[in-house]
Amino acid sequence: MRGLERRDVMLLVIVAVMTLFAPIILNPFPANSAMAQFNAGYPDLMQRFVIFGIFAIGFNILFGLTGYLSFGHAAFLGVGSYSAVWMFKLLGFNIIPAILLSVVVAGLFSVVIGYISLRRSGIYFSILTLAFAQMSFALAYSVLGNPALINLTNGETGLQVYPSDPQVLHGASAPNVTNLFGLEMRQTCEVKLGGTASGLSGCDTHMLPGAFGETFWAFDFNAGYYVCAVLMLIVFYLSIRIFRSPFGMMLRAVKSNQQRLNYTGLNPRPYTLAAFVISGMYAGLAGGLMASMDPLAGAERMQWTASGEVVLMTILGGAGTLIGPVLGAGFIKYFENIFSKINDGVLHSWFAFMPEGLENLFVTLLHPFVGKGWHLTLGILFMLVVIFLPGGLVEGGQRIGRFAFRRRNRKGGEAEAEAARKQPAE
Amino acid sequence: MDAVILQFLNGLDKGSAYALIALGLTLIFGTLGVVNFAHGALFMIGAFCAVTMSRLLSLSHQVVDETRTDFLGNPMKVDVPYVNDWFGEATGALIIDWAVPISILLAIPVMLLVGIVMERGLIKHFYKRPHADQILVTFGLAIVLQEIIKQVYGANPIPTPAPEAFRGSLDFGVMLGFDPYTITYPYWRLVYFAFSVIIIGAVFAFLQFTTFGMVVRAGMADRETVGLLGIDIDRRFTLMFGLAAIVAGLAGVMYTPINSPNYHMGMDFLVLSFVVVVVGGMGSLPGAVAAGFLLGILQSFASMNWIKDIIPGIDQIIIYLVAILILLTRPRGLLGRKGVMEE
Repeated sequence: MRGLERRDVMLLVIVAVMTLFAPIILNPFPANSAMAQFNAGYPDLMQRFVIFGIFAIGFNILFGLTGYLSFGHAAFLGVGSYSAVWMFKLLGFNIIPAILLSVVVAGLFSVVIGYISLRRSGIYFSILTLAFAQMSFALAYSVLGNPALINLTNGETGLQVYPSDPQVLHGASAPNVTNLFGLEMRQTCEVKLGGTASGLSGCDTHMLPGAFGETFWAFDFNAGYYVCAVLMLIVFYLSIRIFRSPFGMMLRAVKSNQQRLNYTGLNPRPYTLAAFVISGMYAGLAGGLMASMDPLAGAERMQWTASGEVVLMTILGGAGTLIGPVLGAGFIKYFENIFSKINDGVLHSWFAFMPEGLENLFVTLLHPFVGKGWHLTLGILFMLVVIFLPGGLVEGGQRIGRFAFRRRNRKGGEAEAEAARKQPAE
Repeated sequence: MDAVILQFLNGLDKGSAYALIALGLTLIFGTLGVVNFAHGALFMIGAFCAVTMSRLLSLSHQVVDETRTDFLGNPMKVDVPYVNDWFGEATGALIIDWAVPISILLAIPVMLLVGIVMERGLIKHFYKRPHADQILVTFGLAIVLQEIIKQVYGANPIPTPAPEAFRGSLDFGVMLGFDPYTITYPYWRLVYFAFSVIIIGAVFAFLQFTTFGMVVRAGMADRETVGLLGIDIDRRFTLMFGLAAIVAGLAGVMYTPINSPNYHMGMDFLVLSFVVVVVGGMGSLPGAVAAGFLLGILQSFASMNWIKDIIPGIDQIIIYLVAILILLTRPRGLLGRKGVMEE
């Protein structure tokens, strides 16, 4: 395929199949079973999987390749969200102009911030990006949301679309929710597999009724999710191309030894700036998509904890690897939404086969780590990954794979993880 | 004029907290070369030492008071703290009232232990790893510590009042000849400022006038040579990590009456403290202190109304703005040594 090696084509195809069939893959448990609460295949969460996937892929182009650790990437996501909502307010609910503008505005922002921040490297770069992001957050939260001055962000309330907004391109027949030329983002078709017949509406279908008795599976195919998924596949393809291009090689050179690059007579700054802007645009796209799924934008999306989250995702999945950030994003979002649902009741039902005392002991031991304590588990996991698996989950998978197949020959994938482990720019 | 003095005073206590945390951060960076993102968590642990201590001191048991009856006519049950039993009623009440300053006694050993365990158990393995890894692992540690505190003490802020004697405010304006009540300043903030000056002075004196401090300073300048002279510099640096943890912890203990401690207070201070360190100059102790007070006061001035009228929102962003300007024009910070993390 276009400019890709076979290995990358394989990866792309696997990712494509996984994303396109995600509504099925993520819903492995029958909808009327006790395990149904661990189904992650509902539209809202699936959209978040791919949107944060895009965000992390973009972050990885900067951090994974050049080693510049930005602690302010959420600013671009927030800016993207705000510009998208402004497009909804001014033009109408079609998502195309919104997404385009969010990418462009985030790109412009990242040119300015990147141009200034990239004059320094190492910890100073991290602090500079952090400072810029916190500044944007503070401004969006207070000044730019002040109705007396210029109300760009609507402050604490968050930016929303009101019926009184101009929406000049909004046709009379166009739906009043975010849409792609009439296809509503919230439109969901449920496919029911097995079970007894029930009331169906719209595009819902029922397959193999009664084939599994009462048990049935429900798969939600959501329009918004597929829009996000297709965009994610496109940007994932782009990121593979960047990783394999001479430009990507240049960025890796920045990571491994910037000084040597200088002595060779090359100025690394245009390359790092380009990487910064690209990753900023990815973040803007993610922000725009987030607003397209739910036309709201708030300042808290820009806070530094949000920037920290994308750092967690990328590192956890495997910085500098292609698939790592997507895995990390999915992992953390799954944790946040599903793992946090495990409460004491669920634990008790899991350990019900044990004697009473032992059961209570296990529940008490596990209690701090599940449910509301999922952040603790995540923090511990993150530390373990940084300490023992600098290549993240991807490296973990490779190690397990190597252990299982006893393959001693060094493959390209490992070399990639090796490069990711190298010194970042100092 | 009175407004200027008032803002100056207001800046001092925030500046004291920044200066103390930044001092600890710089101690760690200057000795061990580690960028410690978990330093805010140490500040928070210190604050929760105060919470623990005040809870310990007010541990009580129920006693039936025959002289009084509750609304049902039964003899009233009264909670009597154990300290009252041991030291008598008056002394007991005094001890409970003074819980926050007393917590310093608890915080010092706890923070020393936490610091040493942290350095030996985790940070030690990260000396050879890149700064990005150090930031990441300490960031992870900060999350873990924060979550543990959240699980133990809950998510809500826990009010921890100052001793009775220090509640209320000092009418500072009268002393300078202004009208009464134009410049009032809470006593406890004065105490906090004085406390931080003492701590900062003590750290500097320790480094300047003791043999231990001299060796540490030598180690900061040239670790290898000091090692070659047969001095176990690693052990001393570990102790310095403990010292930095103590400084952060004490800053947290004394800060509790100003702001009720909650589990994310560390993270809130961390970001600003890093900015302070960078503005002061990585690895420069006087720089960290100076920048801490400077930024605290600057922030306080920026929140004056007439300044906010000219440049809206300046109070929110002033610190970051200053940091960006300093980083771009004077890369090594205000008082940074030449060649420390400078390209």
